Amino acid sequence: MQNFKRKKPSDIILFALTWLSIGITAAVLVLVVGYVLINGIPFIRPSLFAREFTTQNQSLFPALIGTLMIVGLSLILAVPLGVFSAIYLVEYAKRGSRFVAIVRLTTETLAGIPSIVYGLFGFIFFGVFLGWGLSLMSGSFTTSIMILPLIMRTTEESLKSVPDTYREGSFGLGAGRLRTVMRIILPAATPGILAGVILAIGRIIGETAAIIFTLGNVARMPNNLFDTGRTLSAHMYALANEGTHPGEAHATAAVLLIVVILINALSSWIARFIRKES
Amino acid sequence: MNKFSIKDVNLWYNDFHALKNINMSIPANEITAFIGPSGCGKSTLIKSLNRMNDLVEGCKITGSILLDGQSIHGNIDVNALRKRVGMVFQKPNPFPMSVYDNIAYGPRTHGIRSRSKLNDIVEKSLYDAAIWDELKDRLKKSALSLSGGQQQRLCIARALSVQPDVLLMDEPTSALDPISTAKIEELVLKLKNSYTIVIVTHNMQQAVRISDNTGFFLLGEIVEYGETQQVFSIPKDKRTEDYITGRFG
Ligand SMILES: Nc1ncnc2c1ncn2[C@@H]1O[C@H](COP(=O)(O)OP(=O)(O)O)[C@@H](O)[C@H]1O
Ligand SMILES: [Mg+2]
Repeated sequence: MQNFKRKKPSDIILFALTWLSIGITAAVLVLVVGYVLINGIPFIRPSLFAREFTTQNQSLFPALIGTLMIVGLSLILAVPLGVFSAIYLVEYAKRGSRFVAIVRLTTETLAGIPSIVYGLFGFIFFGVFLGWGLSLMSGSFTTSIMILPLIMRTTEESLKSVPDTYREGSFGLGAGRLRTVMRIILPAATPGILAGVILAIGRIIGETAAIIFTLGNVARMPNNLFDTGRTLSAHMYALANEGTHPGEAHATAAVLLIVVILINALSSWIARFIRKES
Repeated sequence: MNKFSIKDVNLWYNDFHALKNINMSIPANEITAFIGPSGCGKSTLIKSLNRMNDLVEGCKITGSILLDGQSIHGNIDVNALRKRVGMVFQKPNPFPMSVYDNIAYGPRTHGIRSRSKLNDIVEKSLYDAAIWDELKDRLKKSALSLSGGQQQRLCIARALSVQPDVLLMDEPTSALDPISTAKIEELVLKLKNSYTIVIVTHNMQQAVRISDNTGFFLLGEIVEYGETQQVFSIPKDKRTEDYITGRFG
């Protein structure tokens, strides 16, 4: 009581507002997750994971594999490119040079473009112009362009947050720039880079428009890189659109959520592992 | 014998004239201290000796700096120069890795791969930096878990690991407590037998305690340079006298 009396009214209001905000945020999260899981989990059954999709089983398995393939392929394309571009911009290019300014402006603009525009571009360029059609190739190239600015930005930020004293220490021992970047800077920046990769994965998994335009939305497992398929989000979109299998749509949503949670857990485990190593 | 001969050195950060006509000789196997108010160019000069200023954009230097009679700006590999002229910084800056890997980083950089050789170097460097006994059971621990004073001695050991001739120290004790400071001073006095040491300090008692020569800097110029005894007892320049007697801003 004594403690309470001494507090100013503005403190109490701030305190209340803080807790209110936390409460609302947590409530929304619990509500969404709860809604998806409660409605979805009762409909999860083995037939949903059948190898082949049929109108009877409404299997999400091909879409699950399609998701993993799209995520894997676009990360393979975008992560090295994005990370090395960022390394160039932060560690090699002259600070404040014209070229760097132009690259920054470009990536920032790219980051703001709605995904449907990427989808249209991917469809026209990869699908039609390069003749890749609706395929894993078109889809993963499109999503990799979509996440490239994100990877570059988060990598740049993590590289910049590595203290200059590390660079001085390394150069002061006679190490060159390449060795300094590879052995000192990059390991120190890895947790931040991984956080960016997690965000990128989230963007790909959640994507529908760009995916349907480039990968297509056919319920089967792609046989090769130039084959079409679908992802879980696109699958959900299709199920929800048809409206004939609401239970399966909910179950798919639950599986999608679980996949996202698993990927996040895996990534943060990797980040912790790397931090412990270095 | 002179380790460094500095002749007519001028240095600019873009348009800012940070060092003006510096001339001095730094004798081998002695401790040379740079003192002066902050912003007067002490760090700038010490960083010129192993060309760490190359990393600063817009930094231009004229004049000559000779190391053992050979220009450090001529036909010389800057990484080889920095191997010969080691550096310890104001804030301890161990790498975020184990104690062992911190020390082994330098030798590995210069091509040493053999495990037993690296083990020897790590032990010898830590021993020479008077921290082997404290750390010998913690080689696998992260260097960031050490105390500030231990981290700084680790950084000294790291600098020693590549067998330099010269050790540049830029206010190495300014972030440390008095006990750690005393340990480092004792260590520096011991290292003088094998290395040429240049130390920047804002602490005049420290300069008196450990250095053989002292240079007093003011606004990018070297006002007075001579034997420490002389500089502190009978300074030739009025400004030096004002500074060491504390009559200075
Ligand atoms: N990288 C830099 N760019 C521009 N000016 C600098 C830079 N480093 C130092 N200076 C300026 O040069 C002068 C000398 O700095 P410094 O050598 O660090 O002084 P000290 O170590 O004696 O305190 C100061 O006025 C400082 O502002
Ligand atoms: Mg300084």
